[in-house]
Amino acid sequence: MKYVLMFVGSTEDQDSFEKLPKDQLAAAYERAGKWFDEQARAGRLIGGEELQGPSSSTTVRIKNGKAIVTDGPYIEAKEIIGGFAIIEVKDLDEALAVAKAWPAGAVEVRPVVDHSAEIEQSEARRASDSAKNG
Amino acid sequence: MNSTEFTGLIAAVFREETGRLTAALVRAVGDFDLAEEVVQDSLVAALEKWPEQGIPDKPGAWLMTTARRRAIDILRRDTRYREKLALLERSALTPEPSEADDRLRLIFTCCHPALSQEAQVALTLRAVVGFTTAEIASAFLVAETTVAQRIVRAKRKIVDAHIPYRVPEGDELAGRLGGVLSVLYLMFNEGYLSRGAQIAMRRDLADDALWLTRLVATLMPDQPEVLGLLALMKLNLARSEARFDAFGEMVLLPDQDRSLWDHAAITDGIATLDRAGAMRASGPYQVQAAIAALHAEAASWAETDWHQIVILYDTLVRMADSPVVRLNRAVALSHFAGPEVALGEVNDLAISLSGYHLFHSTRAELLDRVGEPVLAREARRRALDLCQNPAERSLLERKLRG
Repeated sequence: MKYVLMFVGSTEDQDSFEKLPKDQLAAAYERAGKWFDEQARAGRLIGGEELQGPSSSTTVRIKNGKAIVTDGPYIEAKEIIGGFAIIEVKDLDEALAVAKAWPAGAVEVRPVVDHSAEIEQSEARRASDSAKNG
Repeated sequence: MNSTEFTGLIAAVFREETGRLTAALVRAVGDFDLAEEVVQDSLVAALEKWPEQGIPDKPGAWLMTTARRRAIDILRRDTRYREKLALLERSALTPEPSEADDRLRLIFTCCHPALSQEAQVALTLRAVVGFTTAEIASAFLVAETTVAQRIVRAKRKIVDAHIPYRVPEGDELAGRLGGVLSVLYLMFNEGYLSRGAQIAMRRDLADDALWLTRLVATLMPDQPEVLGLLALMKLNLARSEARFDAFGEMVLLPDQDRSLWDHAAITDGIATLDRAGAMRASGPYQVQAAIAALHAEAASWAETDWHQIVILYDTLVRMADSPVVRLNRAVALSHFAGPEVALGEVNDLAISLSGYHLFHSTRAELLDRVGEPVLAREARRRALDLCQNPAERSLLERKLRG
């Protein structure tokens, strides 16, 4: 079962995080890095990234078949997603245990929709198509 | 047998059988949502048929057959469920309890912290205790559709988010058990508060909460806080005969006729608390039960051991500090150190408890005792504005009339 862990916080959290003295900031990154290492070693980590701040964000909205590009994040809120990780675990309890080990702030745990059956089907179709054509 | 006795009998059958039935079906089909649904359907069918046909000799087998047939019907309708259908048709489902009681797993799943507490309560009552959706709605004074929606949403989350069907282990257990106990305590309080008032209810929520807590205590015999909660419930229920007068009006502890208390139940409650105490790991429920035991043992309100009660509240503040605990501590303190001291402590809680009716009614009592009737009246009015429970409202109105 795949889950996306979203590392969330308020804009104030983000500001005070960025204003941390150098050594504390480095320590915070080290704790986060250690968490990623641990998940990777346990074979649970599929991927994950830290995101740049919302001020770097651009939103594309598709309306009536047209794409409208605007500056800023889609969600105009005081909460921001600072980063995410994708993990593969047995069930929600394991996902929650992994989230609890994250060093700071809040983590939203969202299960991922399982499209593996459709993907397998389309791959099989592609394979048989290319076998026919080849 | 009259109809009250008959419905009581059905309720007793339901709570004995439902949890086992749901657990067995979850095991057989591996689908919590479906298992819970068909068990509920079988209960509703029983409520229709049994009053005419009588309760069958083997009610568990009757319910199991009905639930299983319903499950097969549902699974046949959808080709996606072919595998599950085969599983169910092959499985030898018998209503006899399996060797290992699976109900504990069921309880922990229903009380999973990823579900809202309202959903935890509703789901536990349906899947484990055998309440119908309508009964849950009437017990909690909410619309039936609201309860139904809560249950549907919770079950969908169990499936979609892969909430596991398991009893937590190791370090996880203490926290998760705490969640289960707070669901049980919430059920109990809801039932206890309305018990004896003129609210017609098919099932007694307080009794069912006691039954369920006893079940958890049997399945987890080495957990002192489970026994602590069980003792607390027993000691509170022991006083229930004295909580309402002949006119159905609520009588508070200081004014209760203590000869109406069930002294055998008090002895039993204290024995349960002693069993918990022997495990030497205290906790908030044991401390609350100890406070209830001191009240139960006192010959009168005046002869209550207030000093000991204040000490226990101090312990409770250390274990589980909350404004409500501090409010209760202040009441005990008022009998030990005087109403002025207590009033000072209660006033300190004004910000956090301004929306809580018992804060204002407690303040009113203390203001009366220090000779401030005008302020007391004002506080009592505020309490009445905030209070929902009919029995408590009527008590406040009586006091306001003087």
